[in-house]
Amino acid sequence: MSEKKTFTLDGDDVAFEPGQTIIQAALAAGKYIPHLCYHPEFKPHGSCKLCTVKINGRPAASCTTAAQPGLSVESEIPEIQDQRRTMVQMLLVEGNHFCPSCEKSGNCMLQGLAYDLGIMSPHFPQIFPTRPLDASHADVFLDFDRCILCELCVRASTEVDHKGVFALSGRGINKHLIVNAESGKLADTDFALTDKAAQVCPVGVILKKRVGFAVPIGKRRFDATPMSVVIAEESKTKETV
Amino acid sequence: MAAKLKVATTSLAGCFGCHMSILDIDERILQLVEIIEFDRSPLTDIKHCGPCDIGIIEGGVCNAENVHVLREFRANCKILIALGACAVNGGLPAQRNHLDLRDILEEVYHTSPGLALGSQIPNDPELPLPLNKVHPIHEVVKVDYFLPGCPPSGDAIWKFLTDLIAGRTPHLAHEMMHYD
Repeated sequence: MSEKKTFTLDGDDVAFEPGQTIIQAALAAGKYIPHLCYHPEFKPHGSCKLCTVKINGRPAASCTTAAQPGLSVESEIPEIQDQRRTMVQMLLVEGNHFCPSCEKSGNCMLQGLAYDLGIMSPHFPQIFPTRPLDASHADVFLDFDRCILCELCVRASTEVDHKGVFALSGRGINKHLIVNAESGKLADTDFALTDKAAQVCPVGVILKKRVGFAVPIGKRRFDATPMSVVIAEESKTKETV
Repeated sequence: MAAKLKVATTSLAGCFGCHMSILDIDERILQLVEIIEFDRSPLTDIKHCGPCDIGIIEGGVCNAENVHVLREFRANCKILIALGACAVNGGLPAQRNHLDLRDILEEVYHTSPGLALGSQIPNDPELPLPLNKVHPIHEVVKVDYFLPGCPPSGDAIWKFLTDLIAGRTPHLAHEMMHYD
């Protein structure tokens, strides 16, 4: 077998297999690139733009760009980190992200990313949208206040569960997550707690009922260790096991 | 010895939890009062803010009085800090923002079951008028620093203030950085 091909990420060599994207190769090597809509089990979506890096000096989404030998990839540089900070702040004001009452707090990728980026304030004026909760389903409730439109639930429900329970509707600032039922209610779909779509929400939209605060704040996934470190470690382990 | 820094604090649309967290610096408050002096604050009961070096605001802005107090702080304080979730993004009081203010007042004071006969929405002229929406303080005045958390821990407040007073850019390690 020939020697592995490499590119550089912030100056470090990263080996890759042909066909891997930049983010896949980086994570496999235990190097974190911020992301929200990317999920290792799904096709790249390229919509959240958090994984944007500079490749040979030009910005591109690392989840949709194939790794190639000799590329110079810059991720944790001030220019890119500033853009990521602004994007996360825009996501924070666009929804109603009230962490103190959210069951996902401490396990949330949006929050974890905001911590990693050192975001101390939302900076922009809050939009305070009105997005009613859907608690119709027996096992799961939907808190649309927190949706960041990553479409992971849409993709999981369509590609893995083959149910098509979720979709996005509307355009621009009016874009929102909808439930594929005449009533618009989750109870009127064949959605089940065991669905892949119930497992993939990076924020606190799709939540299991009757387990609220079973794990106390302070003991959650990203409470003790930064999300960037947790994800890098987990990705590396998967690759080497 | 150099003159002590003057620090004012107040709670607007907050629950005083952040002020309780200030007290959670425990005996370090003795070190703090070696270098600072409190002006207007619930700790001193001084009613108006004089010229200060640092103003610490807990809570968002939910009524007309909050706006006046916040502007008084901004006018008098060289550095203004938003302390805690409510000051930073509206927090719990802002959870009313998707509801109509009139409907809320009607339900709470007029139509809920269990109210005394003849209960009405309070309209004493001394009561500050509520705003239609609750706002984070940076939507009303310029804010220099933000310290999120519900509440931020005593350790986070201590780190933040000692960094600031020492002339460093306040920096919180991961374990002190919390929105919840």
